Amino acid sequence: MTPRPTRRTAMALVLAGPLALRLSPASATPDTMRAALDAFTGGAAVTEGRVTLNVPLLVENGNAVPLKVSVESPMTEDEFVEEVAIFNELNPLPDVIRFRFTPASGRAAAETRIRLNGSQNVHAIARMSDGSLWSAVTDVIVTAPACAET
Amino acid sequence: MVAMVNIPETAAPGEIVEVKILISHPMETGFRTGADGKLVPRNIIHDFRCLYGGTEVFRAEIFPAIAANPFLGFFLRAVETAEVELLWTDETGEEHSERRTLTVG
Amino acid sequence: MMLRAALLTGALATVATAEERRTGYEMMSPDLRAMQDDEMSNPGMLWVAEGAALWDTPEGEAGLSCADCHGGAEQSMAGVAARYPAWDEDSGAPVDLAGRIGLCRTRHQNAGAWDRESRPLLALAAFVSRQSKGVPITPDSDPRLDPWRDTGRVLFETRMGQLNLACANCHDDHAGGHLAAATIPEAHPTGYPQYRLQWEEMGGLHRRFGNCMAGVRAEPFASGSPEYIALELFLMSRAAGLEMEAPAVRP
Repeated sequence: MTPRPTRRTAMALVLAGPLALRLSPASATPDTMRAALDAFTGGAAVTEGRVTLNVPLLVENGNAVPLKVSVESPMTEDEFVEEVAIFNELNPLPDVIRFRFTPASGRAAAETRIRLNGSQNVHAIARMSDGSLWSAVTDVIVTAPACAET
Repeated sequence: MVAMVNIPETAAPGEIVEVKILISHPMETGFRTGADGKLVPRNIIHDFRCLYGGTEVFRAEIFPAIAANPFLGFFLRAVETAEVELLWTDETGEEHSERRTLTVG
Repeated sequence: MMLRAALLTGALATVATAEERRTGYEMMSPDLRAMQDDEMSNPGMLWVAEGAALWDTPEGEAGLSCADCHGGAEQSMAGVAARYPAWDEDSGAPVDLAGRIGLCRTRHQNAGAWDRESRPLLALAAFVSRQSKGVPITPDSDPRLDPWRDTGRVLFETRMGQLNLACANCHDDHAGGHLAAATIPEAHPTGYPQYRLQWEEMGGLHRRFGNCMAGVRAEPFASGSPEYIALELFLMSRAAGLEMEAPAVRP
């Protein structure tokens, strides 16, 4: 439970006023995310494509951002998507979620809601059963609500 | 723990059905400070699995970047009448589950 | 600085007429509207589900459940939240829905009081309010409520806090405008208790009032205080005719 604001915390909130809208998301990929990404890929080549990542372009609050991801694949025993990892650039941890599929999934698609600590790029990397890696990236502008508690 | 689950009750053989679940959970990140200025201990659901007829068909490894009261949607291919079991574990180590029967025919 | 700019640019805004009123729902992005509309996606429905269970649970020394007195909520509670706050004869004052649930506990169930922002109270209030989904707000016509509504209007129009702003300065004069990136809503309480993404949980209207007052750097009144009840009465009359939508989702 969030504590009720006292006058002091209320003032701190107003003074902090994290309401600035960042018009251009960070383009440089921070090192921590790069390290997490490399750990997932094992340093192998990643090709852009086959992955569709849907995140709204602009959200009113970063606490619950809808995310949908799907990967083109027949999802048969011979050819399927094993795993899709979602990464972010600016949260305290680069990992968001890892979806593990099987041929019995029928479709390599999943959705959830994620937290984003500010406007940034979100990355999805899919690892296929043949070991190949595919990716998609999208940027999100996160705005903050007015008159909020901490 | 309250959870809301949406799985079709029936499906045709080979049909791909969508599974949705909304779980009541604070998903405390471990990065937030409480009123006393100390870090609130991390408490998130970190593992989620879906078994169909006892076989794992989908799994998610979850990090603190998943929103409070997590929502998950995914698919499975209906092949036979069997139990769909949704299992998840949070930092307390306790495993929670919801079960539904999917009738295929 | 942003606030001053917002105030200056809003000089052309006028008070919305009944036909022009817009709820916060209508001002949200399609993504957030979808989150609210789909019961499987609206996190507030978790509280509604808990409230449904509590409705049938015996409580207190009397061992009575809500259902023991009121029967099925689908019938007995339909439209109730759309006409609250209402007059309470015994206390000689109006009570809001959370207050009424509290009085039921102490008077009829002989149970201990729940904090107004506690999970079970929010769950029961969400469950009861859900029974009014789609019902137009219809303020109680009891004339004893009128002086309270007048007080609420005065509070709404009184400048407060270190920023010296009245509710009306934002929610009448600049509704639809922006406070930095956030859209300023018209402040129609159609969906409480509501799931605010900023809270990451359900909360009541009085908690929201507290956020607003903190925003203008005023010392908030207490939840359940006569001031907030009066303000709620005024806001509900101002929102008359708009449809109830609890549990709403808001940023």
